Amino acid sequence: MKAPLSWIREHVDLPADLTTEQITDRLTALGLKLEAIESPGSEITGPLVVGRVLTQEPEPQKNGKTINWCTVDVGDANGTGEPQGIVCGAHNFGAGDLVVVVLPGGVLPGGFAISARKTYGHVSAGMICSAAELGISDDHDGIIVLPEGAGAPGDDARPLLGLDEEIIEFEINPDRAYALSIRGLAREAALGFDAPFRDPAARDVPAADDAGHPVVIDDPDGCPLFVARTVSGFDPTAPTPDWMVQRIVAAGMRPISLAVDVTNYVMLELGRPIHGYDADKVAGALRVRRAAAGERLTTLDGTERTLHPEDLVVCDDTGAIGLGGVMGGESTEISSSTTRVLVEAAHWDATSMFRTGKRQRISSEAGKRNERGVDPAITEAAADRVVELLVAHGGATAEPGVTVVGSVPARAAIEIDVDLPARVSGIAVDDATTVRHLEAVGCAVEVIGPRLRAVPPTWRPDLEDPFDLVEEVVRVVGYDQVPSVLPTPNAGRGLTRPQRLRRRIGRTLAAAGCVEVVSFPFVGDAALDALGLPADDARRATVPLANPMSSEEPGFTTTLLPGVLRQAGRNLSRGQAGVALFETGSVVVSSGPVKAPIYGVDRRPSEAELDALLAAVPAQPLHLAAVLAGEREPAGWWGPARTAGWSDALAIVRRLADELSVAVDIRPAALAPWHPGRCAEIVAVGGASPVVLGHAGELHPRVCAAHGLPARSAALELDLDALIAATPDVPPAPRFSTFPVAKEDVALVVADATPVADVEAALREGAGPLLESVRLFDVYRGEQIGAGRRSLAFALRFRAPDRTLTDEETTAARTAAVALAAERTGAEQRA
Amino acid sequence: MSGPNTEYDPVEVTPLQAAEVEAARDAALAAIAAAADLEQLKAVRLEHAGDRSALALANREIGALPPQARKEAGQRVGQARGAVNQALAARQAVLEVEHEERMLAEETVDVTLPTDRVPAGARHPLTTGAELIADIFVAMGWEIAEGPVMEAEWLNFDALNLGPDHPARTMQDTFWVAPADSGVVLRTQTSPVQARSMLTRTPPIYVACPGRVFRTDEYDATHSPVFHQVEGLAIDEGLTMAHLKGTLDHLVSSLFGEGISTRFRPSYFPFTEPSAEMDMVCFVCSGSTLDAEGTGPCRTCRGEGWIELGGCGVVNPRVLVACGVDPERYTGFAFGFGIDRMLMFRSGIDDLRAFWEGDVRFTTAFGSEL
Ligand SMILES: [Zn+2]
Repeated sequence: MKAPLSWIREHVDLPADLTTEQITDRLTALGLKLEAIESPGSEITGPLVVGRVLTQEPEPQKNGKTINWCTVDVGDANGTGEPQGIVCGAHNFGAGDLVVVVLPGGVLPGGFAISARKTYGHVSAGMICSAAELGISDDHDGIIVLPEGAGAPGDDARPLLGLDEEIIEFEINPDRAYALSIRGLAREAALGFDAPFRDPAARDVPAADDAGHPVVIDDPDGCPLFVARTVSGFDPTAPTPDWMVQRIVAAGMRPISLAVDVTNYVMLELGRPIHGYDADKVAGALRVRRAAAGERLTTLDGTERTLHPEDLVVCDDTGAIGLGGVMGGESTEISSSTTRVLVEAAHWDATSMFRTGKRQRISSEAGKRNERGVDPAITEAAADRVVELLVAHGGATAEPGVTVVGSVPARAAIEIDVDLPARVSGIAVDDATTVRHLEAVGCAVEVIGPRLRAVPPTWRPDLEDPFDLVEEVVRVVGYDQVPSVLPTPNAGRGLTRPQRLRRRIGRTLAAAGCVEVVSFPFVGDAALDALGLPADDARRATVPLANPMSSEEPGFTTTLLPGVLRQAGRNLSRGQAGVALFETGSVVVSSGPVKAPIYGVDRRPSEAELDALLAAVPAQPLHLAAVLAGEREPAGWWGPARTAGWSDALAIVRRLADELSVAVDIRPAALAPWHPGRCAEIVAVGGASPVVLGHAGELHPRVCAAHGLPARSAALELDLDALIAATPDVPPAPRFSTFPVAKEDVALVVADATPVADVEAALREGAGPLLESVRLFDVYRGEQIGAGRRSLAFALRFRAPDRTLTDEETTAARTAAVALAAERTGAEQRA
Repeated sequence: MSGPNTEYDPVEVTPLQAAEVEAARDAALAAIAAAADLEQLKAVRLEHAGDRSALALANREIGALPPQARKEAGQRVGQARGAVNQALAARQAVLEVEHEERMLAEETVDVTLPTDRVPAGARHPLTTGAELIADIFVAMGWEIAEGPVMEAEWLNFDALNLGPDHPARTMQDTFWVAPADSGVVLRTQTSPVQARSMLTRTPPIYVACPGRVFRTDEYDATHSPVFHQVEGLAIDEGLTMAHLKGTLDHLVSSLFGEGISTRFRPSYFPFTEPSAEMDMVCFVCSGSTLDAEGTGPCRTCRGEGWIELGGCGVVNPRVLVACGVDPERYTGFAFGFGIDRMLMFRSGIDDLRAFWEGDVRFTTAFGSEL
């Protein structure tokens, strides 16, 4: 809400020495947050004065233009009292007119400095100004001609043009709809400074009679009160007075015509939206009802609308002629030939206004007020104020009839403990202060023992609950009075285990040289195609959004890989030689249409209802994805660079598993977007049954190419929730022997296709409990071994918990290990 | 070895003559002093103190002397050998030190060579920032609650007193899961976690909920459709706005420095009543509104002296009712603010998009802990 400070001050007697800043600070503290203070004349400096044109001589020029050589009386403003010679290109004025002159030394908006200069054979000492040049409006039509009597030559022109105004813009919260009016702002200022308030809606209105335009309300819930007044003999060409235009413009609205401007002006002044009909176009009685399904109406903006059965319409004998409270209809619109105006001031149901505005996508100043709640008690006054202004400025006559149908809805009292504001705020507010402040905001208050009954004022539809009254008391006392007290909760349990594990996982990855990234979790076919996912891949089943950011990415992502791959490509394109990134985030795989119940809010849902609600929300496992692309280790004096590959992805997986003490199996797998021969499935095997945690390995060459990544780039994606679930709660302390170790190396020849993990597992099992560790230390291929085979060299370490092993024991264990490996995998011991 | 030679005539044995012994000793001492390195000293030791050295041979002859002569000869040879061994040991020590110094000098490397063989990793400041905030709450005895980002509409809106006709719903531009009447949204705030906490815990409840939230905002330097919030909820007997202020004062002074306090301005949120906007004293200019030179307006707070943090208030009893908390017995307070925004202030980040672009040069600057 924007308003000139002078307009607010008209209705509240604020001390003259209050600065604008003091006023806005106080109003901000009361809940009307200052957005900006504008001063339209702030860019104009130097002499800007009233002048009277003494002579005006048109002088045709060679270029075809005609300029006017004028002499202008600017009083003593030029220091000499002599007429000022000024060349002017505009023609909409003449000798004798009062105009606005900027004299040499003045500066106009845009830093346009005025000086005496030679032009068209004259010395032009100043400029006769247009509204556009002064930054008042975009109107380029011509220079400003002031009404006779507006001022004397030499007077400062700023006050006459509203250029000395300060226009204050407040951010109005949805609960303070009353502050969307000068009336409300002035009332708040009066509250803030304990100053006398003069209500612009307090006026004697003529009594209702049966002579006015007939009105019938079919739906009193939607429209409890309807006031109709008519003026005739209206001059549609009458201009809107400048002061009214200035105020409408200052409030951020556009002046249109007197009849429209008057309704807008009264809306700004009182907060009550008004609609004006061309009375001669209205056929018969006005009737307020809900629309029929499919009923059509062309509104003022020229849009033909299909109405909803909940929309409130105003009808005449021809059918709907307006969307009540939201927007008028085209058929009865006031035009340049309207001489009789039917004024409608009606009170509408706020919820209905909100729904219609949303449904019909209409956002207007009137709608904004009607849907948040308007003071119903000023409906007659608002209509009367419109009539008054149409009569005063449009030459109209008020017709005698006054139609008032319906009544102001009654307000229910709110009961609270008198000390509730003190109890909730923590401020020592005494009972008398509570009563005084509630009365100051307009409540009718009655104290009955420890209880207080307050009937809120008609302009505060937002006051419904006990705590609403608390806020009123506290904001008047001052939010700055709230003391600072630290609560003392019972001892907490710290972070949960998953929370601690997630931090640990992040640190482990960072320690492994990976940089964390975050991505928008939106995905579309293009990104899933780039991963090479087959049509039946579960990750194609995204949950669609009804209103996605981009139609290219209409779903919530099922995998974090598109995000990390995209960010890796971006880093490489920005010149990084290698990059290792990771991300953790929720993914959702659709398991069919989503439908969650909506319950009432007057009670807690039952356990069954709550279960149904929580079950309806799709599962959102937390995932971890990482990508390693380009150089994993840079070239240096130590040697050449090492490029990331499949093993780097698996190294990270193993490091994580070790960090968390999760036993995992690494198994060959084939899954997009990985290289089918270089992909591993990661399986947690420590629990009752194996759990697939995810996959890691080298990316498919086509996937690398699609993301601008170098060949051999590697990636992994794990279900972090599953990994955390597989993490043992308390890893048992290891027990180890201090007896001497016995070391044995074995070389086993196996087919290329035999996984090392299988050989190792067989060795482990075959060696029995004396085996302390087994480690592959060499892989060899060569002629002696034969094609399609490789030799695996393992270092075995044996140790007993209670004694030094004998050579015979060690040899027996080694032999058993080799034997089982041979049986399971066909491994042959290499001589 | 020569045993006592009883046949031997007790005449003087040449090697045991004083002059001979002294000559052998002096020759040994000279050779020791002349040894330039451990290798040479080893040869000297062999020649002058070895089994076949002159003094060793002389020693062997002592037994051949008549008993009355043995003592004197023994003393003479023993003293000479002692002097030689002492000199050997001393020279050995000197040469070892010299050797070590030479070796170490030879092994000198250029320690200014780069050693960044394994590039540094880092965690994202939005992650570590949320943890930093979480730790402050945990230190106060609070717990950290979490909830899904794809959330039931009832929990995101209705339960928080944001009914379908509430004008405030249009203030939060919502991503809806299709179809539009699915009853599921991408949560527009972390507040549904508050609702979940109340529905599933028993008061007293003190929880903070950091997390990712979604609004259909444009993506630019100061807006993002995906951003991060942290909300706090306290439900207990006797809680007041004063406890809210105390908690927030503690939070901002923990994050931004001692003496940084908050202020409340009346505001409106459906889930709180009374509601407030909270501002904190600008941590750069400490509220002076001036820049470091004291000449222009502070750039961090744009000369306002205050920085807007977010919204807060006393939990609306309607929310308590919908979430099964007895509003006659308990009161609560809640607050929420943007983590992204706060980190931008704290670390001087100009463009929100830096968080999302994933440039490792940005992220590594924050390390793995804030
Ligand atoms: Zn500052």
